[in-house]
Amino acid sequence: MSAGTNKIGVVVTDIVPLNELVTRFKFERADGGLLPTFSGGAHTVIEMKDGETTRLNPYSLMSDPADRHAYTISVRRDDAGRGGSLFLHKNVRIGDEMVISYPVNLFALDLRAHKHLMIAGGIGITPFLAQIKQLSATNGRFELHYACRNQALGSYVDDLTTAHPNNVHVYFDDDGQALDLENLLDGQPLGTHIYICGPKGMINWVRDTAERLGWPREAVHYEEFLAPQSGKPFTVKLAKSDLEFEVGEHQSLLEAIEAAGVDAPYLCRGGACGQCETDVLEADGEILHRDHWLEDDEKESGKKIMPCVSRFEGRIIVLDR
Amino acid sequence: MTIQFNDETFRDDYTFTNSERAIKRFPFPFHEDSYMYSVNMEQHQGGPEGSIYEKRFDVDEHYISEMKDRALVLDEDPLRCQSLPHMTLAGWDLLELIMVSKSEDYPDLFELHRDGNNWHWINKPLGIEQKFVFMDESTLPYGPMEYITRQTQGDFALLDQRDENLWMDAGTVTTQADWSLDFDIGMNFFEWHAPVPLAAEMGVFKRALKFLLNIQQGMPARRLNWTMTVNPLLDTSPENYHKWGVQKTTLTPENVGQKQYLRVELQTFFRLPRSNGMVFPIRCYLISLEDLVTIPKWGRRLHRVIRDVPEELATYKGFIDNRPLIVDYLSKFDDGAPTSDGVWPD
Repeated sequence: MSAGTNKIGVVVTDIVPLNELVTRFKFERADGGLLPTFSGGAHTVIEMKDGETTRLNPYSLMSDPADRHAYTISVRRDDAGRGGSLFLHKNVRIGDEMVISYPVNLFALDLRAHKHLMIAGGIGITPFLAQIKQLSATNGRFELHYACRNQALGSYVDDLTTAHPNNVHVYFDDDGQALDLENLLDGQPLGTHIYICGPKGMINWVRDTAERLGWPREAVHYEEFLAPQSGKPFTVKLAKSDLEFEVGEHQSLLEAIEAAGVDAPYLCRGGACGQCETDVLEADGEILHRDHWLEDDEKESGKKIMPCVSRFEGRIIVLDR
Repeated sequence: MTIQFNDETFRDDYTFTNSERAIKRFPFPFHEDSYMYSVNMEQHQGGPEGSIYEKRFDVDEHYISEMKDRALVLDEDPLRCQSLPHMTLAGWDLLELIMVSKSEDYPDLFELHRDGNNWHWINKPLGIEQKFVFMDESTLPYGPMEYITRQTQGDFALLDQRDENLWMDAGTVTTQADWSLDFDIGMNFFEWHAPVPLAAEMGVFKRALKFLLNIQQGMPARRLNWTMTVNPLLDTSPENYHKWGVQKTTLTPENVGQKQYLRVELQTFFRLPRSNGMVFPIRCYLISLEDLVTIPKWGRRLHRVIRDVPEELATYKGFIDNRPLIVDYLSKFDDGAPTSDGVWPD
């Protein structure tokens, strides 16, 4: 729904390095007005004009959802990534004007839960910061288990343990501390919902363990944004738009479609929401599916692609767009 | 402009009337001479000046009388308004959305003054003035959803979003086209649409759900739906079918123009920011056939639509038995001339 996505002009009003990898950015409305409220777990898509390239990267909102004066995000620098986080870390200054999207939530709390059990790994802490503020304001019951490499890289560990000494449990990998997951899940009261945000390995570990222990699928929530990966350049043809162009090495297929002036739908830009699903009319080569939206049989069929994260290797791919 | 509110009834003596202005702005739903289901959604971002699409929540000449009728229905049957425990936050979302929208869109009728969480709401047409604390239920005479929907025309379904589906977990429903909140509460999108014929096979619901799940904050959508109602009756509920169903047998060739109404629903969809739920307002507009045919294009077109609509649809919409009477009446206003595209009068 890119065509109808509401955008907001903002100014960067604060930049705070938290540790050697993570920096926090604060945005306020450029027109001085109030920002929309949102629900804990929501993200915003940040537009970055990086030379010739326009990047649109999603970041979880970590500020208090009820605070309409400013949004904050925390960005982990990814030196091996395509450059979105590097751009924010290196090029953005206080006072810069930027464009962000209205909040979108693909990782919402299930408000029926009697208890919210949160499991975070590394930078995956950010959506929980907003959710905890939301729950604290409404007397919601939560418990956070937060694994990070060490004290120095543990963003917000001190804030969280000070504000919620009885609800926050921290595990430092370098100290050999590890979450006793089976024991944790075994002791939860009926009506507990699990939320996981972190590396893929952690998400799979918690989901598999919960499933093995008989947790209902509906009670296990997770968010994993995939960053689009670089790859070999390839040629794409858009049948409806009658356009043919190259997708660059560090460009996603979706970004290339947008750069060609075609307004394609999207929401999460991370292979999760399904909004950008596109029909493949012809593919002389191999589609490299990287999303977790399409079912396995859909991926094998070669008839669908998620252009936000997936790529192609071969002579040409023709899309129904 | 200032609205002249009607003093009228939607029951017993049925004194409901549409002014000339109300007839002209009626949301005639047929853009061509036939009708079939489609995912007929569009953005709800205003519309032509004076039209029912212009404001986020249309207030018209029937406002005060509709609110009196709602109070009567709720008095007789409190289960028309229900909210499951996890939906209170969505109720505050709805209250905020309506109060902010109405005070911005109708500053002469509604005022909202906010000082942090201390809110002051003034509803001049209904003579209500309320100071309360936002998010503190104890400061309002009803829960937030019931409080604000007693002051807003149209039914309201509050939907929770989870598991890639929408769940009807709260609502205020007193002006409905023969469906029951008490029956549907807790159901998901496919379950509450199960009685609709043909559409599921056409894949309409799957596509509609996908569209709805992706509606974002600040980007509401809308569509129209329609049916036929005998007498200007808002509360055509299953709960009261024994009272109104029998009225369908009172149509005659002489009274069909006055007693048969086209009932159109403006359905809108808003993402709710704090709860990530959705609200689905369903606003009912009624027009008698004799008023409708004063717009020649609408008279011609409605004749063709009602005459040709598939039998399953006429049955589901509850006018199959009266269709011959209605078509006979409308045929007098159809000279066979071509009609222009679109819903607006020529």
